[in-house]
Amino acid sequence: MTDVITPTISGDGRDGHQVLVVEEHHGHEEHHGPTGVLKWLTSTDHKVIGMSYMITSLVLFYIAGIMALVMRLQLATPNASLVSYAQYNELFTMHGSLMLYLFAGPFAFGGLANYIVPLQVGAPDMAFPRLNALSYWLYLGGSLTMMMGFLVAGGAASFGWVAYAPLSNATNSPGAGGDIWIMALVLTGFSAIFTGVNLVATIFYLRAPGMTMFRMPIFTWNMLVTAILILIAFPILTSALVMLFCDRHFGTHIFSVQGGGSPNLWQNLFWFFGHPEVYILALPYFGIATEVISVFSRKPVFGYKSMVFATLSIAALSTGVWAHHMFTTGVVLLPFFSLLSLLIAVPTGIKFFNWIGTMWRGQIHLSAAMLFSIGFLFAFLMGGVTGVMLASPPIDFFTHDTYFVVAHFHQVLFGTAVFAGFAGLYYWYPKFFGRMLRENLGKWHFWLMFIGFWVTFMPQYVVGLLGMPRRVVTYPTYLGWESYNIISTVGAFVIAASFAVLLWNLWISWRDPVPSGDNPWDAHTLEWFTTSPPPHHNYSHLPAIRSERPTWDYHHPDHPAIGHGEGHDPDKEKVLVSS
Amino acid sequence: MRHEAFVLLGVAVFFGIVGAVYWFTSYEDGGTMMLVGTCALGLLPGGYYYYWHRKMGYRPEDRNDASIEDGAGEVETFPSSSIWPFVLGMGAFMLVLAFAFGIWFFFPAVGLMLTALVGVTAESRRGGHV
Amino acid sequence: MDVWRDERPLSPASAPSAETPHSAPSNRFSAPRRVLGRRPSRRLLPLLVLAPVVLAGCQLPDFGAFKGATSQGQDAYKLWQGFFVAGIVVGGVVLVLILWAMFRYRRRSEALPRQTQYRPAIEILYTVVPIFIVIGLFVFTVITENEVDAVPRSQVTIDVTAFQWGWQFYYPATGKVVIGQTLQQPQMEMPVGEAVTIHLESADVYHGFYVPEFNFSRYAAPGYVNTFNFNVLHAGVYRGQCTQLCGLYHSLMLFTVKAVTPAAFDTWVHQTSGHQPTIGQLKSQIRANGPGA
Repeated sequence: MTDVITPTISGDGRDGHQVLVVEEHHGHEEHHGPTGVLKWLTSTDHKVIGMSYMITSLVLFYIAGIMALVMRLQLATPNASLVSYAQYNELFTMHGSLMLYLFAGPFAFGGLANYIVPLQVGAPDMAFPRLNALSYWLYLGGSLTMMMGFLVAGGAASFGWVAYAPLSNATNSPGAGGDIWIMALVLTGFSAIFTGVNLVATIFYLRAPGMTMFRMPIFTWNMLVTAILILIAFPILTSALVMLFCDRHFGTHIFSVQGGGSPNLWQNLFWFFGHPEVYILALPYFGIATEVISVFSRKPVFGYKSMVFATLSIAALSTGVWAHHMFTTGVVLLPFFSLLSLLIAVPTGIKFFNWIGTMWRGQIHLSAAMLFSIGFLFAFLMGGVTGVMLASPPIDFFTHDTYFVVAHFHQVLFGTAVFAGFAGLYYWYPKFFGRMLRENLGKWHFWLMFIGFWVTFMPQYVVGLLGMPRRVVTYPTYLGWESYNIISTVGAFVIAASFAVLLWNLWISWRDPVPSGDNPWDAHTLEWFTTSPPPHHNYSHLPAIRSERPTWDYHHPDHPAIGHGEGHDPDKEKVLVSS
Repeated sequence: MRHEAFVLLGVAVFFGIVGAVYWFTSYEDGGTMMLVGTCALGLLPGGYYYYWHRKMGYRPEDRNDASIEDGAGEVETFPSSSIWPFVLGMGAFMLVLAFAFGIWFFFPAVGLMLTALVGVTAESRRGGHV
Repeated sequence: MDVWRDERPLSPASAPSAETPHSAPSNRFSAPRRVLGRRPSRRLLPLLVLAPVVLAGCQLPDFGAFKGATSQGQDAYKLWQGFFVAGIVVGGVVLVLILWAMFRYRRRSEALPRQTQYRPAIEILYTVVPIFIVIGLFVFTVITENEVDAVPRSQVTIDVTAFQWGWQFYYPATGKVVIGQTLQQPQMEMPVGEAVTIHLESADVYHGFYVPEFNFSRYAAPGYVNTFNFNVLHAGVYRGQCTQLCGLYHSLMLFTVKAVTPAAFDTWVHQTSGHQPTIGQLKSQIRANGPGA
């Protein structure tokens, strides 16, 4: 059934604001669409696809979290034998792979971005709805493939989520587990690339009239930059995986010394993907934090333009720093990568000051979403500072591959994907479902997670500096590492408790719903103008778009965004850019 | 399309510079190729957008003062339900399983994928009607 | 059951918000109050740049790292202290700003705050100041890096070969070999007080040669040799471990480094090794029998 959107003018304007009435024309076969499971299998609606992505990725998140709990139990005491050596190697490989490839990325660009970006730019759907659906099915197939690793003889892949050659070749990691892992990532890699294409096309071509590039919400800007990073990074991963598969099965010697290949090449290829990948994982969540902080401080985003340029700078720099993961190989150009890695701190700092500037002199509502965003700020602050330390090769030499690095990347990834991710969940849940998540349970969820987070990861910094390497099954008794590991394990279970609270919140809010209305937070951006949940093609009415806060302008025409030192002049329209 | 073009041309310029600096300081092939490739990734669509911007001027969504009626008319065709993405996705899923579990998976996989490709092409020719 | 803050959600159709008390004439907002985030950074800038120089003479805490039993390790340790102090200062400033904003600007009423969206002066400030801090950090990094990775000529050379899952230490001058797998913890002896050059490579996959108390690690790579120097300052036994995932018994790839007087080292290195297994033999042994002591 084709739906053809024809915007037409209506004379109906409230308080003089022009609104658009959007008419939906169905194809001349006016039959009803499929129902039930078939409706889900054939849906190309970005909202349905986005929600499918979010649910699937959250399920995988819980599975990976349970793997983490098993690892922490194994590490709580020295010389424990809860799991075998082989099983433990599978656990950390799969924990990392699920979290990075199957949760953090897909939840953001497949889930939230899919749902929210077309709404934020005023589009009826994504530019390529069927491609969007294909992205989801490839992701689901890839996730199932990855999980199948546990069912094959020889177990799942056990060479780490980075799969360094020659450890990942057929000699050192025989068995179908490694092949399954490679194939799963080929599927999810294509899924991500197609989503990236869709996002760029939607953002460039389907914006509503008046929604110039510099009036898009920061979340949409971040998703645009993320999509470009996906297009830069994922094809390199897919190529490298194909090469690795050929080495494993077709007798090539791309990554092995005998035969004239170069194991270092794998690391270069992988990290040219891998570093932009972690910014692909971070930037959407920065965008969420920006939206939430702005709404719950009841102020516009401070420094909108510098935010945009900071995001572009972070993305550009992040693509040039890949070999800072290879400082200890001894064959990379240390000053080049060290300088660029240190420089990333500058645009990240700009974003931090802009977030603080947004809160400054605001009227801050400490709702659950806002608490999660502030939690993200704390976590990322410390994770970012330790990242600056790691950017210095002499320091990296004694912290690389230790628990110091493990603590660092968990702080940044957990801080973004989990804290800011849940901020997005609490913030946009009313938009998805027209009902609220319980705020009091949300606060319990936050505080348990926040406390558990620090208790889990701070001891890991200490024990890493004491010399505990990462990816170890166990450790000796005589080194004094046990107390730190036990504390870390306790913290992990506190985090687990917080996730139980989340499940309870989801359950009780669904069973006993509280209606939210269209815009419970008095939020600013365009998606809050339409109903909650939005109708099939998103907008039946569109307001005039004159700033980056169309919904706010519609409801609060006397409070436009102004520069510092300017008078409070409601008649003066702010023109942000002239093109 | 002007700002869109600049975003991608900016990518091209940045990686052109970084690639050149990296080459002349390290003479390392792999990283240089990837940086040059990224420059090309910005150059191609960025140049395309810039060309079209020069040709067609400002669209309603590029103008600060555009009103909603400037966007009147048909927006686009959005196929609202289609089985083919699912079929193609499942075909791809089976195809990769062929590499891991056995070549015999290859045949149903390719069958599904070809069916899906034919189906989606026919659907598009019908204007997206199923 | 509460809906956001136990009140009805803020409705866009509610009565127009009262004028905020902050919308007074613009001279209320001129420099002094906004400088809270600005002046401290200005004063701290020269301090941050000079910090590592100052630190060289200061007794700072070790912030959790080893002080370094080699001269290279001590250089790295000083850099660590400098970065840590910079991190505390910058992180502390930002932390205080976040906490201040959170508590000072908590919701007092439903009045809408001033909708300040930009302020170019302060935006430029917090773009430029971090650039200078970063350049300072980079300069000290390069200085330390040159010290750590310098390989001047030395009298003693040791060829270290990592394998799954153990270490071989070979002294080409006399042909001495020490080899051991996993919990056998082979011991590498070297003289104190002079430069020792290590040639490191791997017989199979990547391994990580890591001596925590030397504040140093380097990959043992298949296909090329990594070369670096140690100038051990204090005699003693230092533990080492593999840090780069190398397969099943990666966790058990332990070794030790023993630093002795040059005379004692000379005696030891001229002693015969006796019958030592080859790398291939030990690899087969582990695969057949598991890790052994």
